[in-house]
Amino acid sequence: MSQIWLVPAFPLLGFLLNGFFGKFFGKRFVTIIAPAAVGFAFLQSLVLFFEMRAADGHRLVETLYTWMATGSFQVDVAFQVDQLSGLYLLIITGVGFLIHVYSIGYMGAEAGYYRYFAFLNLFIFFMLVLVLGDSFLLMFVGWEGVGLCSYLLIGYYFEKHSAAEACKKAFLFNRVGDFGVLSAVMLIFVTFGTLNFNIVNAEAATQLESGGILVTVITLFLFLGATGKSAQIPLYVWLPDAMEGPTPVSALIHAATMVTAGLYMVARLSHLFVLAPFTMNMIAVIGAATALLAASIALTQTDIKRVLAYSTVSQLGYMFLALGVGAFTAGIFHVMTHAFFKALLFLGSGSVIHAMHHEQDMLRMGALRKKLPVTYLTMLMGTLAIAGIPFFSGFFSKDEILWKAFSSPLGGGGFWLIAFVTAGMTSFYMFRLIYLTFHGESRVDSHTAEHLHESPAVMTVPLVILAVLSVFGGFFGVPHVLNFLPNGMELYFKGFFAQVPETTPGSAAAEIGLMVASVLLAVIAWSLAHRYYSTSLDAVTALRNRLQTTYRLSLNKWYVDELYNAVIVQPGKLFSTFVLWKLIDQNIIDRLVLLPGNVARGVGSGLRLAQNGVLQSYALIFSLGAMLILGFVLL
Amino acid sequence: MIPISHVLVLSALLFSIGVLGVMLRRNVIVVFMSIELMLNAVNLSFVGFARTMDDMTGVIFIFFIIVVAAAEAVVGLSIILSIYRTRKTLNIDEFNLLKW
Repeated sequence: MSQIWLVPAFPLLGFLLNGFFGKFFGKRFVTIIAPAAVGFAFLQSLVLFFEMRAADGHRLVETLYTWMATGSFQVDVAFQVDQLSGLYLLIITGVGFLIHVYSIGYMGAEAGYYRYFAFLNLFIFFMLVLVLGDSFLLMFVGWEGVGLCSYLLIGYYFEKHSAAEACKKAFLFNRVGDFGVLSAVMLIFVTFGTLNFNIVNAEAATQLESGGILVTVITLFLFLGATGKSAQIPLYVWLPDAMEGPTPVSALIHAATMVTAGLYMVARLSHLFVLAPFTMNMIAVIGAATALLAASIALTQTDIKRVLAYSTVSQLGYMFLALGVGAFTAGIFHVMTHAFFKALLFLGSGSVIHAMHHEQDMLRMGALRKKLPVTYLTMLMGTLAIAGIPFFSGFFSKDEILWKAFSSPLGGGGFWLIAFVTAGMTSFYMFRLIYLTFHGESRVDSHTAEHLHESPAVMTVPLVILAVLSVFGGFFGVPHVLNFLPNGMELYFKGFFAQVPETTPGSAAAEIGLMVASVLLAVIAWSLAHRYYSTSLDAVTALRNRLQTTYRLSLNKWYVDELYNAVIVQPGKLFSTFVLWKLIDQNIIDRLVLLPGNVARGVGSGLRLAQNGVLQSYALIFSLGAMLILGFVLL
Repeated sequence: MIPISHVLVLSALLFSIGVLGVMLRRNVIVVFMSIELMLNAVNLSFVGFARTMDDMTGVIFIFFIIVVAAAEAVVGLSIILSIYRTRKTLNIDEFNLLKW
């Protein structure tokens, strides 16, 4: 018996214990319960993973009970582990466990310690429900739940105005996406009569006409949801602001797990998406555009976490590009390697921030490598991985995406070029981050410099483990053309994803050529970053003065927030104030509500004049009335 | 034997005098007496019917009405007395505080 329910049950129990009793039982209790809950979930996930590998059709399903049944509509609460959710399970619980352990050190001095861990456990629970659910409805429960936890954890420092604003922003942007998901779910129910993923995937090709309007609308709605959750154009702007939360939260929710939920959904429904070439093209275009835009913003940010946030948006764009060109395996492979190195980079930046007493501006850092050797080395590993330096994990997954963007029938040279340029930018801004933070001359103020210290082991050990994964994680998916190891990812996902029609393997020479080109570009970008940032900042100041306009655009994030404010927020406010509030609410609704009251009061104030206190007039009316009745009876 | 119509006409006349007294007189004692007059006009028609129909029910009713009227007179007169003590007047037009 597989006992899938145990996996989400552990974090849920952890949430209940920490949330309700953590305050009374104290810090040690929370410190043990919270990571242990996720650790047990990880162990159970490992067991399930290997059971799933051994099972027929690589799928384990466990129906707990029937959630609702009305007429032909029936939804079970059922968990399933298959190739996709099995991999996600390991990422969520594995990386999640490391981040929980890290948080013990990072959040140690916080007053809301138990609250933080309760929310973190709850997040893991909802994320597991999201990937384990075998129907749209259960996935949607997890989908909303992780949104809620994201909101709660971004707003962890709710007494800070910017954090309170950021969590609202994240929630509202996700609502827009949720509208898309719900609309798609309803359309799918109308079309298929069921909400079960497996049935929808199996029947998609027979029920829906390829390239038809219905399937295009459904997939576009789903993709709208994915852009909200996974921070793509046009809904990406919440993610950089989400950095207001504690750094481990950024690592867990906004780099490794929740933001990949949109990718999970698209990959889960690959058989539906390949029927809509228009949507696939849309996904690839949006993904490529997001990757380029976010990377161009990351070039000039000076807040260490913001660089990583835009980097995350950019890498998510990469993954969507992969899904859009039909390379589902490559996209999910990048989800995995990205979870390793981006969680590592975020945790590393958290270690720096911890040492710097919550200073996040890289212009006030520099020369930290002597003081923080473990953080420096591990972050360097993460940077080498994300930059695509050969044989680090990012190299394999990124080159797989680049190659698929070039060779897939849905891809093309344009997509490749954008992804290629983005890869160069990625290498540049990541090494810029490393040089600004750890090299050059120290710009740390003297007071902070005295207290600089390497983080405790509880924080550095997760960093080391993630660094090892970032370095070696790529060997699960070595491209065929390198041919010194079988491509583990493709074997793992064999037959799971839908195949894009007319896929050609492409020439090996071209693949090698593109690979060499992208490695060269990454190295050139690295040396550029070295030249401008490794010693003094004079050269880069001169460059900045030469390119004022471009610099401003990038520094101010292409003014997208201002654009949204001018185009959506302000008209929305004006519309709400003058039409909805002043016109409709005050003039129509309020008046309708007040009308019965005013009528009753008017009638009453007329009638009360009859009660004049003169006894004899009452007697007069009384006797006249009696005479009237008598007259009716007699005549 | 006096016919029933005579009795009823007398009763109606007495009743009307009582009603007019309640409506027109200003002295609260007189108003109160007019009410008693109306009650007794009713008593008269009861006794008239009882006699004509040879049925004692009407007579029993009269005893009840007299008892209730006596009780009512006690309550009514004590109200009038206490009003008089506070307002120093018996003019019913001045007793108009109970209004909107």
